[in-house]
Amino acid sequence: MSIEKKEFKPLIVAFCCNWCSYAGADLAGTSRLAYPAEIKIIRVPCSCRVNPMFVLRAFQRGADGVIIAGCHPGDCHYTSGNYFARRRMTMLFSMLDFFGIERERTRVDWVSAAEGVKFSTVMNDFSKKIHELGENRRLGDLRCKQTIDR
Amino acid sequence: MQRIGVFVCWCGTNIAATVDIDTVVEAMKREPGVVHSSDYQYMCSEAGQSRIRNAIKEHNLTGIVVCACSPRMHETTFRKAAKAAGLNEFMVEIANIREHCAWIHKDRTEATEKAVVLARTAVAKLNLNKPLTPGTSDVVKRALVIGGGIAGIQSALDIAEAGYQVDIVEKEPTIGGKMAQLDKTFPTLDCAACILTPKMVEAAQHDNINLITYSEVDSVSGFVGNFTVKIRKKARSVKADICSGCGICTEKCPSKKAKSEFNMGLNNRSAIYIPFAQAIPNVPVIDRDQCIKFKTGKCGLCAKVCPADAIDFSQQDEIIEQKYGAVVLATGFKPIKLDNFDEYSYAASQDVITSLELERIMNAAGPTGGKLLRPSDKKHPHTMVFVQCVGSRDTTGCGKTYCSKICCMYTAKHAMLIREKYPDIDVHVFYIDVRTPGKNFDEFYRRAAEDYGVNYIKGMVGKVAPTNGKLMVQGSDLIADRQVIIEADMVVLATAIEPDQTAKSLATMLTASIDTNNFFTEAHPKLRPVESPTAGVFLSGVCQGPKDIPETVAQASAAAVKVVGLLSKDKLVSNPCVAGSNELLCNGCSNCQHVCPYGAIDYVEKEFRINGKIKIRRVAQVNEAVCQGCGACTVVCPSGAMDLKGFTNQQIMAEVDAICR
Amino acid sequence: MLQKQQLQAETIRRISGVNTRKCMKCGKCTATCPAHSEMDISPHRFVSMVENNEIDALMSSDSLWKCLSCFACVERCPRGVEPANLIEAVRVTAVRMQNRNRLLPENIPSLLNNKLPQQALVSAFRKYSK
Repeated sequence: MSIEKKEFKPLIVAFCCNWCSYAGADLAGTSRLAYPAEIKIIRVPCSCRVNPMFVLRAFQRGADGVIIAGCHPGDCHYTSGNYFARRRMTMLFSMLDFFGIERERTRVDWVSAAEGVKFSTVMNDFSKKIHELGENRRLGDLRCKQTIDR
Repeated sequence: MQRIGVFVCWCGTNIAATVDIDTVVEAMKREPGVVHSSDYQYMCSEAGQSRIRNAIKEHNLTGIVVCACSPRMHETTFRKAAKAAGLNEFMVEIANIREHCAWIHKDRTEATEKAVVLARTAVAKLNLNKPLTPGTSDVVKRALVIGGGIAGIQSALDIAEAGYQVDIVEKEPTIGGKMAQLDKTFPTLDCAACILTPKMVEAAQHDNINLITYSEVDSVSGFVGNFTVKIRKKARSVKADICSGCGICTEKCPSKKAKSEFNMGLNNRSAIYIPFAQAIPNVPVIDRDQCIKFKTGKCGLCAKVCPADAIDFSQQDEIIEQKYGAVVLATGFKPIKLDNFDEYSYAASQDVITSLELERIMNAAGPTGGKLLRPSDKKHPHTMVFVQCVGSRDTTGCGKTYCSKICCMYTAKHAMLIREKYPDIDVHVFYIDVRTPGKNFDEFYRRAAEDYGVNYIKGMVGKVAPTNGKLMVQGSDLIADRQVIIEADMVVLATAIEPDQTAKSLATMLTASIDTNNFFTEAHPKLRPVESPTAGVFLSGVCQGPKDIPETVAQASAAAVKVVGLLSKDKLVSNPCVAGSNELLCNGCSNCQHVCPYGAIDYVEKEFRINGKIKIRRVAQVNEAVCQGCGACTVVCPSGAMDLKGFTNQQIMAEVDAICR
Repeated sequence: MLQKQQLQAETIRRISGVNTRKCMKCGKCTATCPAHSEMDISPHRFVSMVENNEIDALMSSDSLWKCLSCFACVERCPRGVEPANLIEAVRVTAVRMQNRNRLLPENIPSLLNNKLPQQALVSAFRKYSK
């Protein structure tokens, strides 16, 4: 099995809150605003539902970037969820930075249900960053990869 | 093991044009748990839905994945279809291969690959789904309104008119609130008492409204549809049921040195008193701090003169316990204290007054019988200065950071009324900005300036110095760029308003959140402005933010409609995607309780049998009727005991794994 | 020229720590100022002049040296703008500039003004000693 790949195809996991960012992603779709296919969206009720474990798991399983998108500060459907998310992720990201996972591989951004353009801009920008950074070699659990690969 | 059916929708050509449907269908057949995989042009059509229903029955499916448009579009449709085929509606997952895939990618291989990943992610999640049943709870058909001002009265009347029982709890001896103290109301200048007192009477006489005055809420427990509230009925020392309200006791009372709260301390009242003539209920209260009988044990004159024998010195506070389905907060406001604003000499001079005090002075039933007289020497003033934004828009911590909203208009009203009644008085208004957004508001303000000759000066007052019986007002005129000194007889301060002090303790009792200024926060600033984030708690009037009377009444009625909507239900069906705690894992740390924005988590002491021994442990319990399912608690739980149904840790992990494969 | 003034204004904002944008133009500083009668430019205008980079005009004004540093404006300002700190910074900037020192020791006797309180003089000496 060769680890080297000819062309780098990154893997990006996006956690989107159901009320704002997921709807923003829908709007990006309805408006046919393209963003790279390597971005895969997981729907969560609120950005505060994203457990730091999920982010770690994604990196462990070979993700090259993780982005969490929620409602704008002050607009959270659950009043304060995005504030919790922001604080938690600030701490997690600085820890990941310490582990050697570059700060640019992780991001928290705010996209409202009306911001289809912003959603696609943010995703394009994030994906560009990941392309620049290349494959994430830290934290990846190669055992997992081998057993899962069929 | 689940038996999963996958249904891939073409959406005409919307999906099929960029995603190779056959590849997705075939790929899904190899996924764990999948026993059936098929496609159709329009899954959401009746024909598509009947295919799903038939497949569920035919293959004995335990769950379905529909690869189609956004779940925000047709999740409900497919859940209904699954339910019709006898499947639990929460055993449906949607893979969004239209908005998140087909519509944004042009390359067919790329899009097909992504569609496969999205579909297998949904399958991975569905493998861990469990059937969920929405909980139901009963609704007590009775509402509680806290606060008996115009906001509370209006909410109560509207709820009562819809046929539900309402209790109004008011901490003062009478309902009416701040509006009862006002003289005239802008911009129409109709007298406040003339429009308010009929409403007070209507509330008192309504069959469905029960007034609990001179009372405060002691404690609240329960949740939406089923609150249990303890109300402390303070001892009036007068038997309300037999008192006829004749008022002889208040006349004969020898202790007449107490400041009248209703008249803002501008005159005195007796120890046994009725706040004002139109008070409802028209029953006096004994102020025990002032009463000679309570202070020395000797007097009891009121008891001797009372023709109904209604005086009862031995009366005690009484606790009423009542169940309610909904609570309306209408706790209102008060003007701020001016201790931080020495420059205006409010404490140093009697002739420097607040606007609410001026309302009483201007009122025909007020301390001066409606004559505008200087409080210090009871003389007619010749020059009056109004200062706006006293304590409002102050970021230094001395006052309030917000705009109190009503001051511009009531100052224009005062200035206009004074110029109309006493054209000999010169009226100067110092302002920073004049804010008049409202129907006929700007016209009203301009009328004060143009027709009534009120002198508006752009600038603030820096100092008010009492000098030889006059007030030297030193201010700035920014447009003329100079300092002005006005020798005034009276200065009126448009004092900022703040929420009543009871708001804070009520917020704790009801877990209704308040902002840094102690205003109650709304569930959504634009779309749910009369609801608190706590289900079953509604907001009415200034307790939510500064408002004038029309806005307060509109909000009060809006809150009432929300209450009626809630009370009209026999059962409340709750979203089953709520948090739940594994009691065996819970370590009782309270983290979840602290982050919950809805106060849905309680801690209980529970017996556990561990290794044959009975142990009592403190564990979290989620009230499913209150939980809204945000999941904040799941992340703070250090032991992993807290999880969110429908979005469990395992499910999301499985999704991550399915994507990163 | 404008650029120079802009740089000066930025310096003044930095050394004074004053955010001139916080000013909501209520004029309470001018209303409070006890030295206003001696001034050609009112205190509220100091703030807007620094905000608008009009430093030359401000520096050539007498008002700058009439401020008593009594801090009444700082005390009363509802937005915490601190105009007195701003003026202090303008004065320091003026003093630091070559040949722009407005207060030479030999000139002090002729500048003495009985109407102004001693505080102004003390304050002026403090400026000079820097």
